[in-house]
Amino acid sequence: MRTDVSKINEKSPHQDLTEGLMLFNAGTTKEFETGEWRTNTPVWKPDVCKQCLLCTPVCPDSSIPVVDSKRLNFDYDHCKGCGICAKACPFGAIEMKEGR
Amino acid sequence: MQNFNLKTMMNQPERLAPGHRMCAGCGATIAVRAVLRGLHQGDHAVIGNATGCLEVSTFTYPYSAWEDSYIHNAFENAGATISGVETAYKALKKKGKIPADVNYKFITFGGDGGTYDIGFQSLSGAMERGHDFLYVCYDNGAYMNTGIQRSSATPMFADTTTTPAGKCSDGKMQNRKDLASIIADHDVAYVAQTTFTRDFRDIHMKAEKGIYTEGPCFLNVMAPCPRGWRYNTEDVMEICRLAVETCYWPLFEVDHGRWKLNYVPKKKLPVEEFLKTQGRFKHLFKPGNEHLIAQFQAEVDRRWEDLLYKCNREYND
Amino acid sequence: MAKRDRMSGNEAVSYAIRQINPDVMPAFPITPSTEIPQMVSTYIANGQMDTEFIPVESEHSSMSATIGAEAAGARSLTATSSAGLALMWEELLLAASNRMPLALALVNRTLSGPININCDHTDGMGARDTGWIQIYSENNQEAYDNFVQAYPIAEHKDVHLPIMICQDGFITSHAVENIELLEDEEVKNFVGEYEPEEFLLNVGKPIAVGPYSVSNYAMEARKNQEIAMENARDVILEVAKEFEKLSGRKYGFFEEYRMEDADYVMVIIGSAAGTAKQAVDDLRAQGKKVGVLKLRVFRPFPAKEIAEALKNAKAVAIMDRCESYNANGGPLGMEVIAGLFRNKVMVETVNYIYGLAGRDFTVTDVYDIFGQLEDLVENGTEIEQFQYIGLRK
Repeated sequence: MRTDVSKINEKSPHQDLTEGLMLFNAGTTKEFETGEWRTNTPVWKPDVCKQCLLCTPVCPDSSIPVVDSKRLNFDYDHCKGCGICAKACPFGAIEMKEGR
Repeated sequence: MQNFNLKTMMNQPERLAPGHRMCAGCGATIAVRAVLRGLHQGDHAVIGNATGCLEVSTFTYPYSAWEDSYIHNAFENAGATISGVETAYKALKKKGKIPADVNYKFITFGGDGGTYDIGFQSLSGAMERGHDFLYVCYDNGAYMNTGIQRSSATPMFADTTTTPAGKCSDGKMQNRKDLASIIADHDVAYVAQTTFTRDFRDIHMKAEKGIYTEGPCFLNVMAPCPRGWRYNTEDVMEICRLAVETCYWPLFEVDHGRWKLNYVPKKKLPVEEFLKTQGRFKHLFKPGNEHLIAQFQAEVDRRWEDLLYKCNREYND
Repeated sequence: MAKRDRMSGNEAVSYAIRQINPDVMPAFPITPSTEIPQMVSTYIANGQMDTEFIPVESEHSSMSATIGAEAAGARSLTATSSAGLALMWEELLLAASNRMPLALALVNRTLSGPININCDHTDGMGARDTGWIQIYSENNQEAYDNFVQAYPIAEHKDVHLPIMICQDGFITSHAVENIELLEDEEVKNFVGEYEPEEFLLNVGKPIAVGPYSVSNYAMEARKNQEIAMENARDVILEVAKEFEKLSGRKYGFFEEYRMEDADYVMVIIGSAAGTAKQAVDDLRAQGKKVGVLKLRVFRPFPAKEIAEALKNAKAVAIMDRCESYNANGGPLGMEVIAGLFRNKVMVETVNYIYGLAGRDFTVTDVYDIFGQLEDLVENGTEIEQFQYIGLRK
């Protein structure tokens, strides 16, 4: 039986936890929104962006989705606002704005 | 090996999900993402992990960032643990319990604490025994998870919480251990040192080679830590560039015993260009401490010359 | 069809391992368990089994690799003694908390210092609270039989805990005795195929093992682990029943030897039970009502059953082959006495320490101990607790 993380929380009785706290599932952090940590926010300017994708591998939070060799807008549910992408962009297509 | 093309590479499905709890701007997960892109689509993997920031932040029950099977056991035994997993794979394949057409790869991540220091014996044993796996050290040069204590990977003079710079101290007194060379001296299949370059070609090629070369492989990735090194998070790529351009962190590989330099700077920059980007070296720039920078430079030069010598050796084919 | 042979304890356990043919065995040599990985390696080299052997560089790594292999879906085990078990300590806890049903052949030897290679139970007792099932053996036959029962207990769905099968270093491990062996096919069928439900190498069904857990989960996880240990009680007895059908040899939590009307009982673990039984026979011949309770299962600890078995005794000698330096007796003494009290069985008890680091334990020692118990009950003589038996004074 695969683990449904939506059914495990800090109020769950011991019977509802998985054996050995193993997780019979993968990639479940997607359910945890680290975007709330952000104090600065990157803003993508699609009209300036040349789609060189240099911003995508530098993201520590897998928060710049790429589809068909083109980046999409930021995953703000998870982006922590570190600003590495903005600095990596050679075209000024990412601007850091204060706040979330 | 596949041809490298950033745009094609970035199309691959992410194998490290977002939502993990590493600090904003962490170098370790940049390294992990880059390494995992070296896995070919359709291949399965088991990821091992020594205790450290990466482990506690990517598998905080019930949340795992890993899209592949993952095992964390303890701090000092990532090499031994993946040995068991890899051997189980051999045993189960032999017994027909895993289909013949299924391909698993084994990749273990450890910080420099779990790799250079407490996990060194376990790593050395696993390397010597010849297990078919890739060990990746994300080297941020200190025990960051416990609060920036010095490790044997910490560069000389770095200000850490157990080698604080002060009136009677210049920071860490010893040079860093050259682990990539030590592992290369195990005569393993493949060893490489890398970090983040602009298009991530270097780390990608090495990760892929490490994953797909049969036998034990080792990758040492300089992965800066904004907290421990004291720099603004957005500066990581510039710091990595300077590490390479100053020859503080040369990019090289040792493929079945053959040393190869992957990048030679057109003009080797003075090491202070790298040092001045980080708060942990701030005390070196106080007036009267010029000799410390000179000493640091001398060690960088000595190691660079040594590396050039190893890489320029003639091989008789 | 049973097969009769002569074997040492290490040979017997290695023979059982060959018959089980587990998937992976990492091991590092340490006296007196070294022969087990040697013999297994020889079986493999001769094509008599196809276990993958990993010659690791330490015991910490042997348990680490065993956990890795088990988590990956392979039936796994290792063997060790003494300092080897001590070096594994952290990993013993992880094997249990990660709920890995792996096995360990422990050949009991004392711990340093001083360094000494001979038998006592300091190693096993030191690991008594690591979450492992612990079964102790009196002789080669029991070491073999217990090992054959190990995986059916550990792998039972209500248990999923690691299991340690213990035998006494040199006394059992190196002494050659007659033994009755099962046929390979019988063992294979008894132990069965290992078919875990979830494992690292389950294609298309990735899992994650060994999380960081905040306080909100860790205590609940411990409770679940504790429940598994409680569940092991019934499973151990069920497996013993099945094993009796196969072998004709009966096992339980402990063996009661001439206990039916015994006024004085010796509670003891391991090979020294043989000495105690001989002494009991001698004393019975003199009309003394004495008996032996030989404990087989130390974890889970069968406190209620022990109390029930001792309730008609007048006095009990509890024998610890281990010093626990709590200035209050040995581990077996503490647990038996707590069990008696909890179950309101208020018999006299004297806790003795014997056989440390291979010190001889003789029938004469047993006569003397029973004499002390009798003196205590008949004459009200105060008997010194935690006496060292055979100590030069």
